[in-house]
Amino acid sequence: MSTNTENETFQQKLEKNVVALTLVLALVLSIGGIVMIVPLFYLDNTLESSEKFPELEGVRPYTALELAGRDVYLREGCYLCHSQMIRPFRDEKERYGHYSLAVESKYDHPHQWGSKRTGPDLARVGGKYSDEWHYEHLEDPRSVVPESVMPRYRWLKKAEVNGEQIKSNMNGMKIIGVPYSDKDIENAPNDVNGKTELEALVAYLQVLGTMIKFEEGKDYRD
Amino acid sequence: MSNNQEDSLYNFKIVQWFTFCAVLYLLVGTFVGLYIAAELAWPFLNFDIPYLTFGRLRPLHTNAVIFAFGGCVLMASSHYIVQRTCAVRIWSDKLAWFTFTTWNIVIVSAVITLPLGLTQGKEYAELEWPIDILIAVSWLSYLFNFVMTLANRKVSHIYVANWFFLAMMVMITYLHVVNSLAIPVGLFKSYSIFSGVHDAMIQWWYGHNAVGFFLTAGFLGIMYYFIPKQAGRPIFSYRLSVVHFWALTFGYVWLGSHHLQYTALPDWAGSLGAAVSLAMIIPSWGGAVNGLFTLSGAWHKLRTDYVLRFLIMAVAFYAMSTFEGPLMSIRTVNALSHYTDWTIGHVHSGALGWVAMVGIGAIYHLIPVLWNTKMYSENLINVHFWMATIGTVIYICAMWVSGIMQGLMWRAYDEQGSLLYTFAESVEAMHPYYALRVLGGLVFVGGVALMFFNMIMTIKNSGQTAEATEGGR
Repeated sequence: MSTNTENETFQQKLEKNVVALTLVLALVLSIGGIVMIVPLFYLDNTLESSEKFPELEGVRPYTALELAGRDVYLREGCYLCHSQMIRPFRDEKERYGHYSLAVESKYDHPHQWGSKRTGPDLARVGGKYSDEWHYEHLEDPRSVVPESVMPRYRWLKKAEVNGEQIKSNMNGMKIIGVPYSDKDIENAPNDVNGKTELEALVAYLQVLGTMIKFEEGKDYRD
Repeated sequence: MSNNQEDSLYNFKIVQWFTFCAVLYLLVGTFVGLYIAAELAWPFLNFDIPYLTFGRLRPLHTNAVIFAFGGCVLMASSHYIVQRTCAVRIWSDKLAWFTFTTWNIVIVSAVITLPLGLTQGKEYAELEWPIDILIAVSWLSYLFNFVMTLANRKVSHIYVANWFFLAMMVMITYLHVVNSLAIPVGLFKSYSIFSGVHDAMIQWWYGHNAVGFFLTAGFLGIMYYFIPKQAGRPIFSYRLSVVHFWALTFGYVWLGSHHLQYTALPDWAGSLGAAVSLAMIIPSWGGAVNGLFTLSGAWHKLRTDYVLRFLIMAVAFYAMSTFEGPLMSIRTVNALSHYTDWTIGHVHSGALGWVAMVGIGAIYHLIPVLWNTKMYSENLINVHFWMATIGTVIYICAMWVSGIMQGLMWRAYDEQGSLLYTFAESVEAMHPYYALRVLGGLVFVGGVALMFFNMIMTIKNSGQTAEATEGGR
């Protein structure tokens, strides 16, 4: 770094000029972020190729009910204890299933990969348990998993999904690039009519990780 | 040095208010943390009340300790330091009060909205879009006032502490603005415009640099003023401070992706982040060495100066956790530590050991100066020091054990080659450590309560409340 006298002179100048110091800082501080983030938007291999692997076409936007469930998932802060990102390790494959791909969360605004597993990973929880199991588990986790430390979510079954809100949410999603059709959005209030937040959340959980039919022995990350 | 002259020259009242709020928010924020720690040990404490569940209170805890306590202690000390080291009053009193008021509105809004479940669902950036806009306005007013005060300075050089504050202010502006970009779909509901892998990278660029600049650069600014001041000695090495300042500001920004190793983030990004993380141990320890060696020849002061104890213990924890961080970013270590309590322990060795302790030391230095009096009880400061230290050590040891144990249980196989433990068994095994963490947290929060009491009594005994000091004494 700055070891010679020439650099020190530059340093001396900066220490006497607040505008120059601020501008140089603004420049220095921007570099790392630009290098780490911007290429992700341009490099083709950031998302796995569906040309090479047609089964990746299975990833679709959430239905109105699933999206409503995802909103509940966000609201209750589930991501603080459950990850949705399976790493390519033998034990994670056996415990949770195929490692997660980037395409699988391409419609996730924001991502829910998480950073902590106080509870198990949920990236492929879809289809693993019955709806009834989930209802009971959310009503009283310790009745089905005695060791669990999860809160009971008893208010979800009493709250109805707000159809108009979901419609507006889907409109917002469409603006930022989620390919909902006008018909999807128009039908949203109908699709969630009379559903409880509990049913919505379980619909969301049941779709997690199920959109791609993985084929054995393929390496999706090259 | 006459206090009357200083009062008319400097605006210490704004510093008083930020200081008072910092201690109050430290108490509230750590208490919420203690409560949610207890919920993990004894889940009945969620009481089936939505507003009290772990998932809703955890963002309140992180926002309260980082942005309420951290923000107020940074604003208190930077408003103090910039005036002192520039020998000039803050550029605009009105703007300073605007910053104070808006920042506190943000905090009150967080206390109301987060338990209600109004969240953007991004870790450490949960607050919804109207509050995000207010944060940006408040932060820019803070930055502008700071820069204008530096421009007005009566001394030729900008002091090193101010470089760090300035770096923090610029970087936090970048982070907050980019990471909060969202499409509003209601008054208190929005979706991040980024999705999936892009959102993850931007989120951790934000998340790690909130640590790197808010909780590291800013608090190094605190260290660079208060350690020399309290020890009565100059900074160990000017040259070292220059080198580590630029290395830290340039390098820290690259680290975010080490939170995403082995995920669906492309390998190049994760590996680059991990490589720079390893290199960061050098500038980090540069700062730690500079802080510790400032005490060369004055180590005996630790025997009698309780405030200095806080500051020096903080630097020791800083050195420890900036060693641990690069270690955890090594891929093989990360494979074990990621998703476990080890991460939580690492965060708290930085947050309790470094951020809180250096902030507390600075506040104990400031209170007698600001209120022109002596602390109500020096002994209570000493008791607080030991409670903070012991509480932190219990906390991080509990999390080391539980984290490493979790990581090992998840990957353990029996002789037939099948997984040895169910996930639920790993949860059950955590219970004693979660209970131990509550104990550590209780000791730490108890210390903070003593501090709050000590501060209130000191202000009371100074014969004036913070409100009554308008216009100087």
